[in-house]
Amino acid sequence: MINLYRVFYRCLLAASLAFASLTSFADTPDDTLVVALRIDDITTIDPAESFEFAGSDVSRNVYQKLVNFDPFDLDAGYQPEIAESWSVSADGRSITFTIRDGLVFSSGNPVTAEDVEFSLRRAVALEKTPSFILTQFGFSAENLDETIMQSENTVTITTDKRYATSFVLNCLTATIGGIVDKKTVMANEVNGDMGNAWLKTNSAGSGPYMLSSWKPNESVALTANPNFSGQIPAMSRVIIRHVQESASQRLLMERGDIDVARNLNSDDIKGLRDADGVRIIDELRGRLMYFALNQKHPELSKLKVRQAVKYLVDYKAMESSFLDGQYVIQQNFLPRTFLGAVDENPFTLDIEKAKGLLAEANVDQLEIEVGVREAQERIEIAQSLQNTFAQAGITLNITVGTGKQILGRYRSRDLDVYLGAWGPDYPDPHTNAGTFAYNPENSDAANATGLLAWRNSWDTGGLTEKTAAAVEESDRDKRAEMYAEIQANFRETSPFTIMFQRIEQAAVQDNVDNLFLGGATTAATYWTVTK
Amino acid sequence: MEGQQLAFLKILSKAITTFISIAITMLGLLLVTFVIGRVMPIDPVLAIVGERASQATYDAVYNELGLDKPILVQFSYYIWDVLHGDFGDSLLNARPVSEDIARVFPATLELATLGILLGVILGTPLGVISAVRQGSWIDQVARFIALVGYSMPIFWLGLMGLLIFYGILGWVGGPGRLDIFFEDIIPVRTGMILVDSIIAQNGVVFRNALSHIILPASLLGYYSMAYITRMTRSFMLEQLSSEYILTARIKGLSERQVIWGHAFKNIRVQLITVIALSYASLLEGSVLTEIIFSWPGIGSYVTTALLSADMNAVLGGTVVIGLIFVCLNILSDLLYGIFDPRSK
Amino acid sequence: MSNLPIQDWLLSDEPTSRRQAKLSRLFKGWVAFQTNVLAMIGLGILLLLIFVAVFAPLLAPHDPFVQNLGNRLQPIGSDQHIFGTDSLGRDILSRLIFGARITLYIVVLVAIIAPVVGLLVGTVSGYIGGVVDMILMRITDVFLAFPRLVLALAFVAVLGAGIENAVIAISLTAWPPYARIARAETLTIRSSDYICAIRLQGAGPLRIITKHIWPLCISSLIIRVTLDMAGIILVAAGLGFLGLGAQPPSPEWGAMISEGRRFILDSWWVATIPGLAIFAVSLAFNLLGDGLRDVLDPKSGRS
Repeated sequence: MINLYRVFYRCLLAASLAFASLTSFADTPDDTLVVALRIDDITTIDPAESFEFAGSDVSRNVYQKLVNFDPFDLDAGYQPEIAESWSVSADGRSITFTIRDGLVFSSGNPVTAEDVEFSLRRAVALEKTPSFILTQFGFSAENLDETIMQSENTVTITTDKRYATSFVLNCLTATIGGIVDKKTVMANEVNGDMGNAWLKTNSAGSGPYMLSSWKPNESVALTANPNFSGQIPAMSRVIIRHVQESASQRLLMERGDIDVARNLNSDDIKGLRDADGVRIIDELRGRLMYFALNQKHPELSKLKVRQAVKYLVDYKAMESSFLDGQYVIQQNFLPRTFLGAVDENPFTLDIEKAKGLLAEANVDQLEIEVGVREAQERIEIAQSLQNTFAQAGITLNITVGTGKQILGRYRSRDLDVYLGAWGPDYPDPHTNAGTFAYNPENSDAANATGLLAWRNSWDTGGLTEKTAAAVEESDRDKRAEMYAEIQANFRETSPFTIMFQRIEQAAVQDNVDNLFLGGATTAATYWTVTK
Repeated sequence: MEGQQLAFLKILSKAITTFISIAITMLGLLLVTFVIGRVMPIDPVLAIVGERASQATYDAVYNELGLDKPILVQFSYYIWDVLHGDFGDSLLNARPVSEDIARVFPATLELATLGILLGVILGTPLGVISAVRQGSWIDQVARFIALVGYSMPIFWLGLMGLLIFYGILGWVGGPGRLDIFFEDIIPVRTGMILVDSIIAQNGVVFRNALSHIILPASLLGYYSMAYITRMTRSFMLEQLSSEYILTARIKGLSERQVIWGHAFKNIRVQLITVIALSYASLLEGSVLTEIIFSWPGIGSYVTTALLSADMNAVLGGTVVIGLIFVCLNILSDLLYGIFDPRSK
Repeated sequence: MSNLPIQDWLLSDEPTSRRQAKLSRLFKGWVAFQTNVLAMIGLGILLLLIFVAVFAPLLAPHDPFVQNLGNRLQPIGSDQHIFGTDSLGRDILSRLIFGARITLYIVVLVAIIAPVVGLLVGTVSGYIGGVVDMILMRITDVFLAFPRLVLALAFVAVLGAGIENAVIAISLTAWPPYARIARAETLTIRSSDYICAIRLQGAGPLRIITKHIWPLCISSLIIRVTLDMAGIILVAAGLGFLGLGAQPPSPEWGAMISEGRRFILDSWWVATIPGLAIFAVSLAFNLLGDGLRDVLDPKSGRS
């Protein structure tokens, strides 16, 4: 027996020694930026196809666009990037861009007008999801020869009618406006896909970085583009690692194993504020949290009911408790810092007022279902709503599902209430106006599943026309005024209760400077970072 | 000569029946997965095109995926491809599923193997000791440890372990398989970083990988240890109370010979089955452990794929997991044949 | 020292009726069981669980659903809240107490569904044999070869999230081992002399299976189910953890851990307390299962 024990204890001893020898740690290298971020939404890196959050971050650091935002001064709006300058034709339908000399792709090929023409045509012709950002100007696979044309060092785009120039240029700053290297891409073409399959996992841009690897749900690695025409970034490598849990991100941060943590919840942010050597940066982002009432429901379609629910949300309590620091009250569909954004937030929790409105609508005891995806903060918002709705006699049943499951039902107009988030696709007011307040054809047959107003079967009560008019107005101030008016109407009549706007809080190590998350209008920049 | 031929025929026919039964099981596995994939209310098209897609984009992808064809036709296409070793491309990231699995499976294999090793090394002696000293304090402690392991929610234990050993004490590496700046240093041969770093003779990477794997592996090791201890104890008790042990004792054999030479020898067979089962369940990938430790293994791969309706990835993952399960069963049957005196 | 008459009757070596024999056997089992301290502790915990579940509204100090955002994440041992409050300011103790009902519900439902399915498949397969056996066992193999949580996830995704569906999904993944056990038992019983005798008396297969084979399989199944119950509770909690079990605001323990895990670093009790509750109940089932095995299983080392 003695031997047995001895063997056993020896094993234990060996195990504990093994533990003890593993305890050496080092900081991250000086020329590498290590970021923890959920990247499970990345399905492709191709700028003609990529449209989710983490993907647009990668794209912003890899591809240049005709016009783009200066990370040090987002408020200045779009600035020349690949385009040196541009001019607008007399009828306002054509914009001619002059291409800057001396820009180089990561392959070493120069950036030419031909590449610009190719990239924009390609984005339209591939007809991937974000292509609507370009096709809304009347471009289509059939008319590309007339609408997007190169001549020497200029590219001219011609829209189907007159639009505000700012609208067109804002759209070109979106991910889909990324300019790709025609020679490299076409060399990797398979079955006429214009390099789509290859660009999913490779990059061919002229930005400060190039993609060195993307392992789905695991990591993205960027390396500095050796041929970059501007200043070579201080961080020669950027590694973005997928870390699902906020607690894990915080632990990594506290141990100094990462430089930046971007998915921390409000309580972990609070915890990290006290940690040594860690700073918190806040940036207002464009994402809105809202819920919407399906207008097919006989009770929910009553105007008074739509108004009543807006008084049944405990905006303040949520903002100051579990959403603390991560969301700010916003009751309009344009995020703050967008052109035309207004600062009117008239609704507060007022059970009596809501009860009165419900009584006027002859609604007593209502039972409805809200669909929400399995994200903890949304489930908590839903539970808070459940609580306040109940006080006015509305029973709210929560159905939690995976994102795609709930979204599928929402798109087929099958939910009573949808609770979720909406982020702008491009930094122009039309991106939200065109979906919240625009629904030209409300029938089921129209199947306009991309429009939020359609998904909730709302005919917009005349806002569709006003939205269409606002997009053509080229006077900036007048345009802003039109959006203010649309939003005032929207607030009172729409079935949408917009509640909060997102603030992204990221924790960074003290030595990390000049990290910009992109504000409400664009995506994160890593090339500016120094440490 | 004739006897040999007969034996050979016997083995051959056994091999053929085994093969057929594997084939049927695998086919059934595929069919069930396929049907689940089709009746699931998650729309694979939506998973690809996303929230903003227009109906035209949606329809194009729908037809591209062949979803407009009858389900049996879709299934037969799929089987045809699998027979040719092609699991198809992931619907989401358009990469070959086999490539993805070749990336995630070694991660699970590494973790599960280390876990089961810990489980066996600790669990077997503990089980034997506690059976031999039945009722003593060491038996009570061993049983308690095993029961606790059985009853603890793994995600809670994982989070706590991470908090204590990584967050506070800093004894082990954090979530992930390596510190980030060690990544892509050594060439990928087996995909198991511990093995690859030995091949590349890179001690630094090996140590770092070990510091990352040790906590999740201990966690899985604890669970399999709990199971193995318990089963070992119960098998040993059964043996120790049997008459031949009594006879052996009366014959004056040393306690060591009685326990290891007789009793333990007789439970090896059952023990192998238990270990194989335990290993199989670890190789399925412990989804929750993988999520908590950001471990890019097959469990979380299949789960993520399932929840985003990436059916090609789910099917591929299920085939691999199912195959492992079946193979381990066969392997334990074979070992049975070698160790079990009665089958000779 | 003297026994009560009823005990004498129960412990009699010469039972005068079938009923007495049966009860006597049960009582002797119970006496043996009583000496197992750990098993008694397990039983005690489970009785407590049942008690708490039944009298939840009387025991809970607060309404488990009432929120108070101004009073969230109160630490353990606060004035009004012994176990603190969760992210929405709800009393954790009250949620725990009401959650006992859900846990009990899961346990009972799974315990009813899974072994019955397994018993049915296993005995039919074992008794009839031949092609039926082969088909049924292949099906069993298919389900065994599936990763369990993944299969449960798939079922839940098909059926829709919710506690009933989670229970069904878990049951659907839990039955194959029971089928294996029941089949093995059936195979040994089937060829025994007394089954032959019954068959000669003219009993049909249905009668033989239900009246003579099932009762003999049940004790090994009970042991196995009790031992597995811990695993089942943990899978249910795992589904809750992934957001696919009970729907909010239901105080299911797994969902409570899932909600609380976001605060694990600063407010550890929010996830830990339901974690401990799950642990206690799983432990209880394990202890009970061990005890039952000692009493019921003739092969066990103790006897």
